[in-house]
Amino acid sequence: MLKILFNRLEQGYRTNNYPKEKITLFPRYRGLPSIHQDAPDDLARQCAAACPQDAIDADRKVIDMGRCIFCGTCERLSKGKFVSFTGNFEISVSEKKHLITDGTLPSLAEHSKKHFKKLFGRSLQLRQVSAAGCNACEADLNVLATPFFDLARFGINFVASPRHADAIVVTGPISRNMKTALLQTYEATPSPKVVIAVGSCAITGGPFRGSGEVTEGLDTLLPVDLFIPGCPPHPMTNLHALLRFFK
Amino acid sequence: MKTGFLQIRHSRPVDRNRIPDLSFDEFRKQAMEIVKNKGKVVHFFAYEENKAIRLMAVLRTDHLLHVAGCKAPESYPSMSRECEPFHMFEREIAEQYGIRPEGHPWLRMVRYHPNCQDRPDVFGNDYTKDIPGNYDYYSVQGEEIHEVAVGPVHAGVIEPGHFRFNCIGERVLNLEIQLGYQHRGVENLLQTADPKRLPILAENIAGDTTIGHALCMAQAMEAIAGMETDQGAGIIRTIALELERLANHTGDLGALSGDVAFLPPANYCGRMRGDFLNLSLLICGNRFGKGLVRPGGVRFSIDGEMNKNLINRLGELKNQMINVIDLLLISTPSVRSRFEDCGKVGKTDAEYLGLVGPAGRASGIPYDVRRVFPTEQYGKLNIPEHAEHTGDVYARAKIRADEVIQSIDIILSLLTGPIASKEVPAAVPALQPSAFAVSLNEAWRGEVSHCLLTDADGRILRYKVKDPSFHNWNGLSMALRNTGISDFPLNNKSFNLSYCGFDL
Repeated sequence: MLKILFNRLEQGYRTNNYPKEKITLFPRYRGLPSIHQDAPDDLARQCAAACPQDAIDADRKVIDMGRCIFCGTCERLSKGKFVSFTGNFEISVSEKKHLITDGTLPSLAEHSKKHFKKLFGRSLQLRQVSAAGCNACEADLNVLATPFFDLARFGINFVASPRHADAIVVTGPISRNMKTALLQTYEATPSPKVVIAVGSCAITGGPFRGSGEVTEGLDTLLPVDLFIPGCPPHPMTNLHALLRFFK
Repeated sequence: MKTGFLQIRHSRPVDRNRIPDLSFDEFRKQAMEIVKNKGKVVHFFAYEENKAIRLMAVLRTDHLLHVAGCKAPESYPSMSRECEPFHMFEREIAEQYGIRPEGHPWLRMVRYHPNCQDRPDVFGNDYTKDIPGNYDYYSVQGEEIHEVAVGPVHAGVIEPGHFRFNCIGERVLNLEIQLGYQHRGVENLLQTADPKRLPILAENIAGDTTIGHALCMAQAMEAIAGMETDQGAGIIRTIALELERLANHTGDLGALSGDVAFLPPANYCGRMRGDFLNLSLLICGNRFGKGLVRPGGVRFSIDGEMNKNLINRLGELKNQMINVIDLLLISTPSVRSRFEDCGKVGKTDAEYLGLVGPAGRASGIPYDVRRVFPTEQYGKLNIPEHAEHTGDVYARAKIRADEVIQSIDIILSLLTGPIASKEVPAAVPALQPSAFAVSLNEAWRGEVSHCLLTDADGRILRYKVKDPSFHNWNGLSMALRNTGISDFPLNNKSFNLSYCGFDL
């Protein structure tokens, strides 16, 4: 018993105060990309050619955050002159087209559906479906339940059954072998329901695009309400998206 | 022992013309001779070259690797009958290339996809139909027998897979684990995708083993491209692999605690796991180490300030981990009573199945790649031989807990000052033609290994990936025999195997 108390004291109080207080991540974290429009065209083309995800459109000077895995290859190649990644983790959007960006994003709160806020603003139950995810997105969703993030204090929980859920949170590039299970989970969730795509894989197929075994975008199967980009999205990105979209 | 297999070293280039090309009968006979003299299976796979299908095996004995190949017959007498660790490899070859192992003890599909040769399907599957409707599970007959089906979608935030229990009352007689839901066609992509995508694909084979798989790819490519990495890269890679082990072991200790309803360590470990992930974020900008390791080296150095920051944070976490481990595994009898004798896998069974990593070490098999086939800095680190002998949940938890403290000490011993490494070129290096390399690393679940074969033009002919889970899933089935079904989550967490690493 004394050891339980000792550990409790040593561990201390760890829950953050976001969104009331700002959180700064470590400097090497790569968040919202910023595209420098004044960069030379050939530099933009070099970055586009080197991008392992083919996420850069050199002519329009935009980057597709749905494809991007935030590896930073373009930033290194251009020494930050064409693309630089900022520390801004608030990068989720409600429409897929907003993911193709020059570095500016529309406010998520203004684009969220007002009736969702009314329905789910005080209590939101999520059913997570891993559909061929590599376990990184899953891990950084799971971590929201730990003391630092403490998702439950916002009335948001992950639940065991789709019958108890208001939303399904999908990760992974939806393999051929998971498609039916995913669609059945969606069907089993009572309406009105929300669909959230988490991670590059769920949004565009991610690193696995081009494989005949995966789906290139959850939105080709289901109506997606919220897109959370990243590989995986930082837990703060997930937290921001859930709070801004539903609160 | 003299065989026709060629002795090779890991992460070193091998001229493919030197690899013995045996007749199948000779290949089988010699492979059996090696495994009967305590040899283990590292790889056994098929590939296509000049319109012919060939087989290749990489086996290991004490500190030695052996390789040989042969032309694949249409079908062959199964080797699993004589050496169980071939079991899953033979099923994989049957699924990928349509070659039947005759007399295989349990010839079932592995990942549910058609073979790449347009051959008749070995399993008689119609792939327009959904998995798992046409999977013929092992079933037990009897009046009081009942079946429990779990998955693919599980109750928690975890990966998909199907578990089929045959029970009498609460007691599990047999657990069959059917996977394949996560299959993304990784090996096919590794052989066909634009080379610039390769390191990204390796990092995403299993996100919780990003560093383990990225290291295997980097070392195999560096071997075949004739690239040397500098010492700084070696140190940073070692630190990254240990941080990955720390984060995962810590998370699993917390989950084990949660599964016996002891919530304080569950929460503390959950938080500290995040702190270990954040140390990877500190070094490379990604909590899972994505973007750090590339063929040729690493993309980030550790400067003096970061070195100090890492030492301070690790020192603090080490004290906290020691206290939480004491609370979980030593001072709380109710936890011990749940962990001890639960899900036992004896050494004989573990040897028979060929378990690796912490699951093997918990059952008395001390094999650790870091000691036996050291890469990067491990040759200088004196990794001690370590094993538990009870093979129960407690042993698996104890091994993990010991490794947490060991990993922290390893990292602290490497953080002696700023660690510089030269800039890695963005492009993947050109590969030598007709070459072969096998790389091995002790990731947190055990032996990860990649095989890379190039053709006469230096293109990738075959890229074979093996996650330790490929060896260990049957260990979980074995642990559940005669165990109460309510102890499944506890046992599952004590192994915590990879679904996507297995499914590829």
